[in-house]
Amino acid sequence: MTLERAIALVFVVVCVVYGYTAFVVMEASLLPFERNMTFLPNVLPKWLSIIGALVGLAVMVQSGAGVGNGADVDDIDVGNLRQYKLGQAVTLLALMVAYALLLRPVGFVATTTLFLILGAVILGERRYVLLVPVSVLAAFLIWYLVQEVLGIFLRPWPWFL
Amino acid sequence: MVEGLLAGLSTAFTFQNLLMVVGGCLIGTFIGMLPGLGPMSIIAIMIPIAIQIGDPAAALILLAGVYYGAIFGGSTSSILINAPGVAGTVATAFDGYPMARQGQAGKALTIAAIASFSGGTVGAILLMGFAPGLATVALLFHSAEYFALMVVGLAAIAAFAGSGQVAKALMMTVLGVMLATVGESALFNAPRFTFGIQDLQSGISFITLAMALFALPEALYLVLNPKRSERGGNGESTIANLRITRQEAKEIAPVIGRQSLQGFFIGVMPGAGATIASFLGYAVERNIAKGEDQAKFGKGSVKGLAAPETANNAACTGSFVPLLTLGIPGSGTTAILLGALIALNVAPGPRLMVDNPSIFWAVIISMYIGNVVLLILNLPLIPYIAKLLEIPRNYLIPFILFFTMMGSYIGQNNATELLLLTGMGIVATIMRMAGYPLAPMLIGFILGPLLEDNFARAMNLTDGISFMWERPMTASLLVAALLLIFLPSIRAGLGQLKGDEAAQGD
Repeated sequence: MTLERAIALVFVVVCVVYGYTAFVVMEASLLPFERNMTFLPNVLPKWLSIIGALVGLAVMVQSGAGVGNGADVDDIDVGNLRQYKLGQAVTLLALMVAYALLLRPVGFVATTTLFLILGAVILGERRYVLLVPVSVLAAFLIWYLVQEVLGIFLRPWPWFL
Repeated sequence: MVEGLLAGLSTAFTFQNLLMVVGGCLIGTFIGMLPGLGPMSIIAIMIPIAIQIGDPAAALILLAGVYYGAIFGGSTSSILINAPGVAGTVATAFDGYPMARQGQAGKALTIAAIASFSGGTVGAILLMGFAPGLATVALLFHSAEYFALMVVGLAAIAAFAGSGQVAKALMMTVLGVMLATVGESALFNAPRFTFGIQDLQSGISFITLAMALFALPEALYLVLNPKRSERGGNGESTIANLRITRQEAKEIAPVIGRQSLQGFFIGVMPGAGATIASFLGYAVERNIAKGEDQAKFGKGSVKGLAAPETANNAACTGSFVPLLTLGIPGSGTTAILLGALIALNVAPGPRLMVDNPSIFWAVIISMYIGNVVLLILNLPLIPYIAKLLEIPRNYLIPFILFFTMMGSYIGQNNATELLLLTGMGIVATIMRMAGYPLAPMLIGFILGPLLEDNFARAMNLTDGISFMWERPMTASLLVAALLLIFLPSIRAGLGQLKGDEAAQGD
């Protein structure tokens, strides 16, 4: 099965679950007075789940014929992922997750500095003399602009300060 | 009208007020470049400053300058790093970013600036002439028509899909609308599809989804395939290519003309606004274009860039019609402006033109000045802005990733949003690899709540769905939507029958 079809299949499954929630779960949780109303919270979801499932099935039938895939010359070839820097991409994504988890406890300035330094190191940057000051300066400048100038609180320092 | 105009001119052309325009445009442009801070939030941030000024005309002029600057700044991040910070500039990224990747970032920014300028100026002229008359027409549009208009907007996805791609594009649209139903909607006080997770109660934010669908997959593509980043922005060409050739000027002139008008009239209708104007503008121009021209859309077409930029700005001006004449804000931004007006002791509405003519006209005049100042300020800045792309890859990519996260974090101040961003970004990247178009999903997400609200209102009014065929305007709009969806397939079918390859689109 091609990736294209697999995604369509997942989508159809999502539609079925979504439809079940709309038709059964939400219907059961309606309040007595709501039953007489014309428009209910699950009216649109019901329509969506049916249309979605039909369209998903249509994609499954249609796809794979290779019609107008619109592939760019330098698009990613899914069949041969190993020729790309998959490791770097996955490490960067992990770094993003770490950033999300550490942002509150460690504070904006430190987390951002670390993120920018480590991100560049993962991509192969080794000129630390330039990298470290640039990252520190950027993190500090953005914090200053957003919090001090624009007044959006960012929790800049670690929890113990 | 002439007296009013003169009064407005004399108010707007004082030294202090000119300073306000310049300052506002500059602040707007620079802050607007940060994804996550759109015109709405920047104006909201500037309101306390505007109120401190005290003089309503000066305050409004400052805010109008910020507004225009922010819209232009938003286009900048769309074009340079494929990170549309506001819904209205999503369509700008479709062709603006491919242009930037082909080393024409400078030219793309110039076209964006000129298109915005023209759209804004034509909009201001129309506003001057038609404001009172248009207000009554806009009121003829009821919820049923709005619902139909949203359906047309969604159907315009056919414009983003070639033959054989329509089903995929539709699938993504439905997925987008589904995502929009997550959380509490304005109509019901119960959360839907949140799986009991509290952080999902306020729904998925637009900026998170926009970053996950556009900026993040692009950054990941740049990481995966280093060759990709080599092609765009190679030094000299970005700057040398700043000039628009005569041929290109000829190409975009009719586009700008048409979209100024269309965008303005869409903007006049409350609730429609710049986003729909830009999507429809893009769709219409793509359908009008022929053969090779049409195939170029989405791959760096100057027309595809000029259309949404013009429509977007014309619609922003158009949205002032209901605000100034009826006191009804047509978009989030004008709603905030309404708040600012009231805080400044000016009540917009039918009486504004009679009671406070100098303010009414000063606002309109300030729109002209704002547009001119923006063009004068930004054209010389463009080479420097485009230079951002020359930052070495090792620095640029972490910064892009950081700005995408920043965008979704500032809005909600919620770190869970970042996990959501990463997760959806991965899914979006996989979908992109499989050849699914991502833009329709975002359009579905933006129009979904509007669609549902108007659908609900229309259903409540007519006690059922009979409004779909009973109201002639609704019915004809819905038929138009169906045509939009099925026309490409029919056309492709006919083309295949004739063995005509040119009809295939892309």
